[in-house]
Amino acid sequence: MSEITLVDAVNMGLASEMEADPNVVVFGEDVGVNGGVFRATANLQKRFGSQRVFDTPLSETLIAGMSVGMAVEGLKPVAEIQFMGFVYSAIDQLINHASRIRNRTRGRLSCPMVLRVPFGGGIHAPEHHSESTEAIFAHIPGLRVVIPSSPSRAYGLLLAAIRDPDPVIFMEPIRVYRLVKQEVADNGEAQPLDVCFLLREGTDVTLVSWGAMIQEAMTAAEKLAESGVNAEVIDVATIKPLDMQTILDSVAKTGRCVIVHEAARTCGVGAEIAAQLSEQGLMSLFAAVERVTGYDTVMPLFNLEKEYMPGVDRIITAVKRTLEG
Amino acid sequence: MTSQNVKIVKKKHTAFVLDQQQVRSSVHFKILFHQILNADGLIVDNLPEFARQSEQLIALYRVMVKTRLFDEKAVSLQRRGQLGTYASSLGQEAIGAAIGSAMAEDDVLFPGYREYAAQFLRGVTMTDILLYWGGNEQGMNFKWQQYDFPICVPIASQAPQAVGAAYAMKLRDENRVVVCVVGDGATSKGDFYEAINAAGTWGLPIVFIINNNGWAISMPREAQTRAKTLAQKAIAAGFPGEQVDGNDVIILKHRIGQALSKARCGAGPTLIEALTYRLCDHTTADAASRYRSEHELKEQWQYEPLRRLKSYLHKIGCWSDLDEQNLLASCHEQIEKAVNQYLDTPSQPPESMFDYLYQSIPASLKEQRKSVIHWSKNSV
Repeated sequence: MSEITLVDAVNMGLASEMEADPNVVVFGEDVGVNGGVFRATANLQKRFGSQRVFDTPLSETLIAGMSVGMAVEGLKPVAEIQFMGFVYSAIDQLINHASRIRNRTRGRLSCPMVLRVPFGGGIHAPEHHSESTEAIFAHIPGLRVVIPSSPSRAYGLLLAAIRDPDPVIFMEPIRVYRLVKQEVADNGEAQPLDVCFLLREGTDVTLVSWGAMIQEAMTAAEKLAESGVNAEVIDVATIKPLDMQTILDSVAKTGRCVIVHEAARTCGVGAEIAAQLSEQGLMSLFAAVERVTGYDTVMPLFNLEKEYMPGVDRIITAVKRTLEG
Repeated sequence: MTSQNVKIVKKKHTAFVLDQQQVRSSVHFKILFHQILNADGLIVDNLPEFARQSEQLIALYRVMVKTRLFDEKAVSLQRRGQLGTYASSLGQEAIGAAIGSAMAEDDVLFPGYREYAAQFLRGVTMTDILLYWGGNEQGMNFKWQQYDFPICVPIASQAPQAVGAAYAMKLRDENRVVVCVVGDGATSKGDFYEAINAAGTWGLPIVFIINNNGWAISMPREAQTRAKTLAQKAIAAGFPGEQVDGNDVIILKHRIGQALSKARCGAGPTLIEALTYRLCDHTTADAASRYRSEHELKEQWQYEPLRRLKSYLHKIGCWSDLDEQNLLASCHEQIEKAVNQYLDTPSQPPESMFDYLYQSIPASLKEQRKSVIHWSKNSV
């Protein structure tokens, strides 16, 4: 078993599920011959043919809408939106149709589709390529929002997303695409949706994060350990529906919580986690819940993206504030 | 472009070769208008085979009459506070009737919201439609129709979905076709353009039908686009478009039938622009008198689809006043039954808003579900 990157793991997951289930189809802009701008769909067309792996015209509304039509007709569409900044014209289909066709028809029709969207900053990409707008999708009832943070998680969660009977927005952190390598077995085994993963056990503070920010959270935890602070790190993974119990259990143990996300602060998913902590975990808390997030600004062009994105120092400082309380 | 800078392009992965001949030649297209049964009930073109069988015409007439009476009843229920906002199909019954009778059972219909006649012929019940507009999701849980999509309110958003369903049929090499119905207003939306473009690109088994009833709420057809026809939009998408008299059920069924056969044998999509008129308000929440002249409305009544068919049936001696009386009585009886069934259907239980959101309820929603049950019992 060789070590692979997150984008390789996505590719391996797609191939594995296409092999296992003839109903899986993969499409989007430049995903066919070109293999995707990030190479996530490389060689899939060669292997599975141009009917099951195909390029669409430049039409994001179409990509989302046809996913709905295909899913209701019994296919398992796994569509790619090239970059986060292009997903917004697909939102009409997600809010008005994908997320509610099961409910509207009382279960007569359903929509098992996956929309893959690369997101996040940190790779000096052009304008409109680097935002983290997962909260928009998390706000839509009926959707699942899943964000892997590592190659192994990407493989296992993607399989689960494709097998899930309901629509999943699968957001892939661009910065981690080739940042880390991991041994991932191509064994067709899915990892569970709707649960958080405990990445590091600790006793003094709970760091809650997802996606690329897991890198910073883990580094901060290592550094904190040097000064004797033992941080627990939780990878939320499924942003919606949110597994609050795992976070509550951790905070019951540590008494402190710092939520780290790259997305803008106001109405970010961190706000929801903090609100639920105050509703259900207040008595466990020794200090106010801290959020370390992107700013409530437009994502800057890449000269300033490092300033925008939460770094290890900001996390450590927030943790220290909770310890002072 | 001169011949010097025209390149011969031979791409590895496409069959498209741009040659000098193609660049030099102009492209011409025309949009034909088809009609068989005119407003006076006269046959003005060759009768297709099905229309030589009076029982087929009578069947179409029956569903058109039923739909008109149903519409009338639904509007009156709304006026009496027994139904929510309702979108009538008054004047446009021929389009739905033709679609419903031309489609095969396992084809898939993506309706807008004025295709009741098509839905009725495809197994959707009058009770379903009343439940839908009466605020009950069960109205989209068709008992007798497993494939079709429910009514689509966000304009044109059904078109990309229809393309997806047609792609699935083509991929699986099925003998099925998708019919996607939109209004004239929808043809201004990006969804529509993206959908027809992709359908043309892939040669999908799909028929697009535009119910051009002249009005997108208060926006008249002329103010929506400078294009002379809506049918010509298909030309830009690479497949044929045509106009038909949308009040002539014979030409509608004939041309839709041909488009379906063409799609079924792999020859790709067709767009049919059916020219009709919205004799009703946009919905019961609208008052068209604010923006539309009485004169125009009055004039349009002479083209409506039922009278001309009835007059033709009379003329060929297969429809009597007694037949008409019997039909009206039978429709009223069916409608009364549907209304009673609708009024007797209880609301969905409050927790149902959670029960169909996902296949199984996520743990995070269990508390909220309990809460809605609690407050439904304990609120004063």
